[in-house]
Amino acid sequence: MISMRRLFAIVRKELQQLRRDRITFAMIVGIPIGQMLLFGFAINTDVRNLTSAVANQAETHLSRQFIAELSQTQVLNIQYSVSTVRELEALLRAGTISVGVYIPPDFDRRSIDPQRAAAHLLVDGADPTILAIANRLATMPLGFDASRSTPPPRTLEVRPYYNPERRTEVNIIPGLIGIILTFTMMLFTAVAIVREREHGNLEMLINTPVSTLELMVGKVIPYVVIGLIQLALILAVGRLLFDVPIRGSIVDLYIASLLFIAANLSLGILISTLARTQFQAMQLMIFVLLPSILLSGFMFPYEGMPVFAQYLGEILPNTHFMRLTRGIMLRGATLAELSQPLLILVAFTTITMIAAVKRFSRRLD
Amino acid sequence: MPAKASSVPGSQDFAIRARNLSKQFGTLFAVDSLDLDVPKSQIYGFLGPNGSGKSTTIRMLCGLLTPTTGTANVLGIDIPGDTSKLKPKIGYMTQKFSLYTDLTTQENLGFIADVYTIDRATRKDRIEELLEHYDLRAQRKQLTGTMSGGQKQRLALACAVLHRPELLLLDEPTSAVDPSSRRDFWAKLFQLANSGTTILVSTHYMDEAERCHRLAILDKGRKVADGSPAELQASTGMIVVEVLAKDTFAAQTCLANLDEIASVTQLGVRLRILIPESVGQPLEFIENALRKNNIGAESAIVPASLEDVFVAVTYKGGKKELKE
Repeated sequence: MISMRRLFAIVRKELQQLRRDRITFAMIVGIPIGQMLLFGFAINTDVRNLTSAVANQAETHLSRQFIAELSQTQVLNIQYSVSTVRELEALLRAGTISVGVYIPPDFDRRSIDPQRAAAHLLVDGADPTILAIANRLATMPLGFDASRSTPPPRTLEVRPYYNPERRTEVNIIPGLIGIILTFTMMLFTAVAIVREREHGNLEMLINTPVSTLELMVGKVIPYVVIGLIQLALILAVGRLLFDVPIRGSIVDLYIASLLFIAANLSLGILISTLARTQFQAMQLMIFVLLPSILLSGFMFPYEGMPVFAQYLGEILPNTHFMRLTRGIMLRGATLAELSQPLLILVAFTTITMIAAVKRFSRRLD
Repeated sequence: MPAKASSVPGSQDFAIRARNLSKQFGTLFAVDSLDLDVPKSQIYGFLGPNGSGKSTTIRMLCGLLTPTTGTANVLGIDIPGDTSKLKPKIGYMTQKFSLYTDLTTQENLGFIADVYTIDRATRKDRIEELLEHYDLRAQRKQLTGTMSGGQKQRLALACAVLHRPELLLLDEPTSAVDPSSRRDFWAKLFQLANSGTTILVSTHYMDEAERCHRLAILDKGRKVADGSPAELQASTGMIVVEVLAKDTFAAQTCLANLDEIASVTQLGVRLRILIPESVGQPLEFIENALRKNNIGAESAIVPASLEDVFVAVTYKGGKKELKE
């Protein structure tokens, strides 16, 4: 029932308009590269150089050696030296330091007593990441401890698969593809129908033989191509700057991305039929964008979220895309192994597109 | 008025037939029980002030708005109903310029041609023909957002007629253009009507209404009169008297106070008086009234203009009731 002639009339018109909108045109290239550089470098859960202060009340050779070893881990960046616990607490409260090291006067004696801790770490516990780092530091052996000639036996040995160097970028960048595509794809289509309504073009358009499906699909097609171009840019930057591997098939990655792009564009079009003004469309878009960042497994491990948040996350295309990209890029999985998130994306696109077509009225009342 | 017309029989001779057509927005009747018969190949005018229901009626007739009550038959297609078959047969020019301002003239025409699936073999020729006919060849590569009101209006008409519609609906097409552009525009409309297109045009300009084959005068959503301009002018039930007084202001005050007189309008130094036919010998009546007040004046009966018709038909609904 779709007329190809009318469909491509819409596609061509969208491209002609886009070509003249220089800022939007620049954003197609600018947003992916800019955000990749920004977040690729900025987001780092591998915490180092926590600003710290030391209150060394022992002032012995042993205690100074201990402080030197703490510095060598590069986890703490010891910038202040004070004399009392109270001063440490004051610095902590003021937010000047994240960690305070208190070495009591009887440090030397404590260090050989297995029943007692040799020193104290005062930590700003409000940030769980810093707290976790501090807990790791707590088990640091005293290298100069003569009584332990062999390291303590380990119960478990951790073997980090797929990311042996434990680099954050490797995990961040596949996720970032999803965030950037969600953002730009919805940005383009969320205003697509509303803009025509606000400019008065829609009254003319709905009086022509153009069908609703032709209009919707015609508006989506140009951005599918743009989405794939953005994907290529992101992958190139990821490869060149952050050395992110693509262990699976690049074709699989493109197929998964194609479905994800379609899902976001349909959602954008649906938003565009719900909103009456471009401003409303923007608000609705942000409403979807924030959960896509926070609940999709991009920021926090999905398994660690409360069950209701996991259900919410399941609705978002980005959650499924995150599983696809991390699977293909990092674990070298094939699409056959990842069929579930793939099918969910197809279902999501179909449902939102049908909703958008149903929701769009060819009348003014 | 038919009580509840379920379906209006389509006639060979009419492009539009509407019965009891109404549109209610909240408590406001934008269009109230409108009956309409628009003959084919004619220019039919809607004359009325802003808010008289012209746009709402046009939008109902092309299927953009659903009538609250009543029915219409447009080119054999029933309204309310599936209007998708109607779309290829009608051309619609919106009140506000609704083509893409960030596309050029040629791109807009190309888009419209594709949307109406104009045969590829004739597409280029048709666009060239329209650029030529509507004097837009110089603006071919110009973004339409930067064009003048007259150029935009010619482009909008060219796009509305590109697919050679049987019926053209024009919603105040000349409201943003200068008088000479309006003249040219109407010449184009007559060419279209002569080649068989039915045109429904809304306006609030009297001179434009006078050019229509037939017209309906709308006031507050109601049709207060319809017919050809000549019929309307002949059936006002009013005599029009022009008075040239030495003291125009005194004459106006004197005449406006008389209950028998429907309206007094000043046109330069002359006064245009509407007086019901029921007042016998209107000329003598006015001359006597002026003489009684020692106002020297010359008066003469003149033919009614469409503006007089408009004043006469909307007067009946006014505050002062006419004394018959």
